[in-house]
Amino acid sequence: MEAIAFYVLAVVSVVAALMVVVSRNPVHSVLFLILTFFTAAGLFVLLGAEFLAMLVVVVYVGAVAVLFLFVVMMLDVDFASLREGFVRYLPIGGIAALVLAVEMILVSTAVAERGAASHVHAVVATGLSNTETIGWVLYTNYAYYFEAAGMVLLVAMIGAIVLTLRHKPGIKRQNIAAQTARTPATGMAIIKGVKIGEGIAE
Amino acid sequence: MPMQTFWGTPFGWTLMTVGGVLAVTVGVLISLAFLLLADRKIWAGVQMRKGPNVVGPFGLMQSFADFLKFVLKEPIIPAGSDKIVFILAPLITFILAFGSWAVIPFAPGWVVSNINVGILYLLGVSSLGVYGVIMGGWASNSKYPFLGALRSAAQMVSYEVSIGLVILTVILLAGSMNLSVIVEHQAGGFWNWNVFGGGLKNLPLIVVMVPMTVVFFVSALAETNRPPFDLSEAESELVAGFQVEYSSTPYLLFMIGEYANIVLMCAMLSILFLGGWTSPIPMSFIHLPASLFWLAEVGSFFWMAVKMLFWFFMFAMVKAIVPRYRYDQLMRLGWKVFLPTALLAVVLVSAWRVFGPAA
Repeated sequence: MEAIAFYVLAVVSVVAALMVVVSRNPVHSVLFLILTFFTAAGLFVLLGAEFLAMLVVVVYVGAVAVLFLFVVMMLDVDFASLREGFVRYLPIGGIAALVLAVEMILVSTAVAERGAASHVHAVVATGLSNTETIGWVLYTNYAYYFEAAGMVLLVAMIGAIVLTLRHKPGIKRQNIAAQTARTPATGMAIIKGVKIGEGIAE
Repeated sequence: MPMQTFWGTPFGWTLMTVGGVLAVTVGVLISLAFLLLADRKIWAGVQMRKGPNVVGPFGLMQSFADFLKFVLKEPIIPAGSDKIVFILAPLITFILAFGSWAVIPFAPGWVVSNINVGILYLLGVSSLGVYGVIMGGWASNSKYPFLGALRSAAQMVSYEVSIGLVILTVILLAGSMNLSVIVEHQAGGFWNWNVFGGGLKNLPLIVVMVPMTVVFFVSALAETNRPPFDLSEAESELVAGFQVEYSSTPYLLFMIGEYANIVLMCAMLSILFLGGWTSPIPMSFIHLPASLFWLAEVGSFFWMAVKMLFWFFMFAMVKAIVPRYRYDQLMRLGWKVFLPTALLAVVLVSAWRVFGPAA
């Protein structure tokens, strides 16, 4: 049963990953990328890492890929011109892909021989669900790294805001507090005794 | 016991799971038909109209008539559309809307898949719901659908954040992500419900959890594109948003998916804040004979249904009463009001859990 599920998910994810590169329409590429993420989450579930799987779905599929899709949909990409340089860039791209593949094979054989936890000195209490285990490790052994990662993200966020925030002069902004604090006394001027046909002067 | 060994085999397990899935799907679909009518009736009642009252007694068969109408019509696929994505979009909405029901417990043990990260699963699947909208809007290859899809995608992603943070407060109170555990944590009476802080010893948290319930409710409205946040289909400016080009069965799938999501949000609100299937007053004074144990489960299901109906009534009333938000107001509410409030609430609740008297 699990073997069937694994092979189905693995085949789908590999084919989808291939389609990301091959498909002619950039939006289709992103949709295939999403499918790849999703099947990766499925593989995590098969490994018993349901917390990681759900995180992949929430973070990558639910948030990151949506923004990807957003940007790609709004771009007007001319794919014919992009494809012109295909042959020229093939050697460099091929070398990069080869190096990446070799690295992945090395890592996975090392993991298969010695086990993933060979250099991890974390002592994790058994009998916990893997959500608790991850929390346990993150907030004890790796607390500093975890906080450092948080700081990096915060800096990146503030940097993006600083780069893009521009206060244009002359734009009317809505001040909700000022609006709700308005009373009839501040908002209206009651004028009595206006004569018919004359109106009110400014 | 031969029965148990049969259900223990892979074949028996598959049969039982498929049965559970079918029961939940069919149950949700049939109740949706009547909830849709209830929605329209409540809406009509607020506006002093009669609402649908022609098909069947009190218009009870109206939804089935609508269903037949949609199914029998010709599906029109625009010539300029991306046909595969165009058809895929409503299917995705529909499948995701029903996929989330797998982890919803209706009564003790009445759940298709009792997984440990149930609440994260719900969050994940509901965050995928945006793809149906955005794919539908893009594939239509036309202006209004695309604008509607962009709006709605930004809106759903924004409110996801505050929903996630509100869920965190509940997880902190219950100490688990398993929905059944969260419900059992609130058993014993209405004072144990999370909306009141989850137990008398946590009573000061009432000042945090009641606003969080409201934040979740409003975010749920935005997440499901319900009025007053139905900017993706605002008919006065976008005709019908991402659904403009859809007709017949694909449109029906969109609509059913939308309503299934609304009722799912009602179920989530009941489970997270109103104690799910637990009764508001302790029922331990009733001693059921062992042969009638199922009555207790039916009673639990009754309470769950009552709570979901209550929330659905709230959804319908909001639709009838509140005017639509402007887009910048919507974004302001999500990012500048709900997000900081929910963040503060997470800090307060976790501080209470660590330093409070109940720690």
